[in-house]
Amino acid sequence: MPQPLQYLKETPSQTAGPYVHIGLAPAAAGFDIYRRELGTQIAPEDTPGTRVRIEGRVIDGMGAAVKDVMIEIWQADANGIYPHPDDPRHADAAPGFRGFGRVIPDFDSGDFAIETIKPGPVPMKGGTVAAPHLNLWLVARGINLGLNTRLYFGDEDNSADPVLNLVEQDHRRRTLIAEKTADGVYRFDIRLQGDNETVFLDV
Amino acid sequence: MTTELYQRDRWWHPPALTPDYKTSVARSPRLAQLSLQGGVCELTGPTFGHGDIDAIDNNLIVNYAKTGDAIGERILVHGRVLDEDARPVPDTLVEIWQANAGGRYRHKKDHYLAPIDPNFGGCGRTLTDAQGRYHFLTIKPGAYPWRNWVNNWRPAHIHVSVFGTSFAQRLITQMYFEGDPLIAHCPIVKSIPDPKAIDTLIAPLDLNAAAPLDHLAYKFDIVLRGRRSTLFENRPEGS
Ligand SMILES: [Fe+3]
Repeated sequence: MPQPLQYLKETPSQTAGPYVHIGLAPAAAGFDIYRRELGTQIAPEDTPGTRVRIEGRVIDGMGAAVKDVMIEIWQADANGIYPHPDDPRHADAAPGFRGFGRVIPDFDSGDFAIETIKPGPVPMKGGTVAAPHLNLWLVARGINLGLNTRLYFGDEDNSADPVLNLVEQDHRRRTLIAEKTADGVYRFDIRLQGDNETVFLDV
Repeated sequence: MTTELYQRDRWWHPPALTPDYKTSVARSPRLAQLSLQGGVCELTGPTFGHGDIDAIDNNLIVNYAKTGDAIGERILVHGRVLDEDARPVPDTLVEIWQANAGGRYRHKKDHYLAPIDPNFGGCGRTLTDAQGRYHFLTIKPGAYPWRNWVNNWRPAHIHVSVFGTSFAQRLITQMYFEGDPLIAHCPIVKSIPDPKAIDTLIAPLDLNAAAPLDHLAYKFDIVLRGRRSTLFENRPEGS
């Protein structure tokens, strides 16, 4: 017998269930408990950058809206800097910018809206540059392990993005791109299954 | 310096499609995920500090008190957040939510006939200390029925959300209680294929941490993905 490897195993995931809002967004669940909820504002009003609003729905394999989903957002500032010590440029991140948000859809319609600033391109090790994008993480009843994906912008040059270029089929690549519908407004639907299933990322 | 995480063991986590948990059928992606080597976008993540939360937030017995303490069996839930190398994860946000002692959630969509406890909100949050430790004072949640098969009951459980230092470590799970006979009958528990993995979600009774004449205790350690010690330098970038 070889020596045992002493690694611990990651705690296995379980669904966030239908009542994830109680813990992570109690106001949406219908009550007020904390002095301040976390993730209600990705970028304060005075954060430098272009304000954008992204509207969409999460849609299941039957074509129905997933009304109990929670989406977390993690994004860079307008200069492409993440406010985290492991970003080499983090000392220059926009003051007060958290880059983190929690988005809850309307429970009746399933429509969600993300209000934020458009992030800048992010320089990667090795010299490539990630096109402006939001990192998304979805949890809901029926989702056993949170789903990662990204949201890019249809009015940006996405041609050199290293992640988009890993997606071989053009119609699948388009599932990651929010289309501009008006000035500063974009549309982004996330399809969990079926035709045009969104590309999910194993990060 | 940002270093990559260990690959997630997808045979340890529940798969997306677990038909006995019916809601997963229409909500499970069917196409292959795109695997990325970690880049700065996922290896960074949101950070929280003591300015974001209040000291009372981890005491669910009193953090929503209106006329008195919450009703139910008083328990301490405590443990550590570690990574796969058994290193503590300090200063990370742990959030929990749960039903009350009768198995009822304070949520506008929960209409189970058990009563709402006016003094129980059902959520708490805290930051781990320098050794990765956390604790919550709460009441033991009740089991509750749910619509899946005709007579499915969730074992008593507490939902747990943890951040770690990378967005790619983000994890939500559920903690169960030692000795609960409903664990073996739950389609959500059984979405996890490996019984050894299920065992890691069951918190043992911890009498050493109980406070005499006050509360019982359960211990629940949480493990997040570990990190390679190799640096990025000279490494081709996947994302
Ligand atoms: Fe639950």
